[in-house]
Amino acid sequence: MDFGYSLSPSSRIDLDLFDRNRFNTLAEIEPDVLKCMACGSCTATCTAGKYAKNSLRSAILYLQNGQDKQALEYLKPCMLCGKCFMVCPRGINTRHLILSILKIYNNAK
Amino acid sequence: MNKNVMVIGGGPCGLEASAQLHKMGYNVILIEKEKQLGGHLAKWDRLFPEGIEAKEVLQPLVDNINGVKYFLDTEVVSINLLDKEYNVILSNGITVLSKAVLMTSGFDLFPAEKKEEYGYGIYDRVITNADLEKFFATGKDPRVVENPKRIGFVHCVGSRDEKAGNRYCSKVCCATAVKQACEMKALFPDAEIFCFYMDLRMFGRGYEDMYLKAQKDYGIRFIRGRVSEVSETLEKQVLVKAEDTLSGKPLKVTLDLLVLMAGMQNAKSGIRIGEMISMKRSDDGFFTTKGSILSLQECDKAGIFYAGACTGPKTLPDTLNEARAAAVSIHNYFNKEN
Ligand SMILES: Cc1cc2nc3c(=O)[nH]c(=O)nc-3n(C[C@H](O)[C@H](O)[C@H](O)COP(=O)(O)OP(=O)(O)OC[C@H]3O[C@@H](n4cnc5c(N)ncnc54)[C@H](O)[C@@H]3O)c2cc1C
Ligand code: SF4
Ligand code: SF4
Ligand code: SF4
Repeated sequence: MDFGYSLSPSSRIDLDLFDRNRFNTLAEIEPDVLKCMACGSCTATCTAGKYAKNSLRSAILYLQNGQDKQALEYLKPCMLCGKCFMVCPRGINTRHLILSILKIYNNAK
Repeated sequence: MNKNVMVIGGGPCGLEASAQLHKMGYNVILIEKEKQLGGHLAKWDRLFPEGIEAKEVLQPLVDNINGVKYFLDTEVVSINLLDKEYNVILSNGITVLSKAVLMTSGFDLFPAEKKEEYGYGIYDRVITNADLEKFFATGKDPRVVENPKRIGFVHCVGSRDEKAGNRYCSKVCCATAVKQACEMKALFPDAEIFCFYMDLRMFGRGYEDMYLKAQKDYGIRFIRGRVSEVSETLEKQVLVKAEDTLSGKPLKVTLDLLVLMAGMQNAKSGIRIGEMISMKRSDDGFFTTKGSILSLQECDKAGIFYAGACTGPKTLPDTLNEARAAAVSIHNYFNKEN
């Protein structure tokens, strides 16, 4: 039945449909991705973030939710300057992580 | 003047306080309403943050009360102040005259069935933190399926919830959830495990490390958002809805097991005694201490003392320290009066 409205499929997170293979591959070569505590330091300090939507915190979260396309959107403007590495309180090598994300998720597309 | 001290409640707090008072030369009378000593500690399997076995903590506490008079299966029938002493009539027919009464009546677990939207007691796959401890200890619970693929932990059940009647944080359940999540992952390595939290309160020594390990070594997924409702699927699994508040998006996931982190509230059996001589309680339902910093062990009624979870949610180290502090407070009280 059509009630005249619907949830756009991209807006709701459905963890039942999430195919974890790619995320598991990422976690294997970048185990530190699991350590992110969503503090937002990386996003706050990002050199690209001032001018465009760029957020490593969001990217990690979207990957964990199985929303790969949105995750990559959040890394598009990244210039790989590595500034976020200096501020991450969990000591994640963020630049290396971003490179791995791009490699794994862009290749698989 | 007799040196009787009446201790009400034989949990970890009552045990430690009794042992200390006994060593100081007091004539301790300890009562416990259940058939065994140990309170809630006797119900737990392993303790956060290091995963020490609860038995390893309980046994020395019980051994140390060697020489203390204690009565199991015993309740207070009445208590009243006669001149400067409390006259306590026990259910076993004994009457105790005591200048000091120490309340170590502890807490009750929040009755999770009260949060009906979580389906405890209604759905087959919903259990509490206390049920899970029992499962760890016995390996038996028909609600835990053989090989669960997805397991969820709901933080703050009956805590930080005015509708449930408890506005406060129960303090121990974040650490318990993280501990139990890791234990479940160790038992069921194929399972995916989610913790639904609003804030993670990893305040104690070693707790933050436990959290980091849960993420890094056990791959526990922490989702910031309170579970709003739970329903049952045809396959008897549970469908959980929450908002992932970090992305601001609604989220759903089907689970084989849901564990509710029920909080702590003042024990009904302690409140009953408190009401006999009108001991004050605060908005949160726990007994009101004389001061909130300097006199945590005293009641505003002379001769009544408190320790442990009857004055608010506490960890075991907190509880045991209060037990020792109460012994000193009682000692000072006797010295002042004589
Ligand atoms: C799920 C869960 C897991 C936990 N795990 C940990 C952990 O891993 N590490 C940690 O540090 N802390 C943990 N805690 C906290 C810990 O259980 C408490 O700190 C501790 O039990 C408090 O001790 P207590 O003696 O004050 O109260 P209780 O353990 O509640 O004992 C009170 C005793 O008094 C008796 N009693 C009550 N009223 C009367 C009466 N009128 N007459 C006679 N007897 C009476 C009761 O029967 C009971 O035996 C956990 C708590 C929960 C809810
Ligand atoms: S490496 Fe990318 S995400 Fe990190 S600060 Fe530089 S531009 Fe921002
Ligand atoms: S700074 Fe580090 S911990 Fe904080 S959100 Fe970014 S990646 Fe995660
Ligand atoms: S300790 Fe954690 S789970 Fe327990 S009430 Fe406080 S915030 Fe909620």
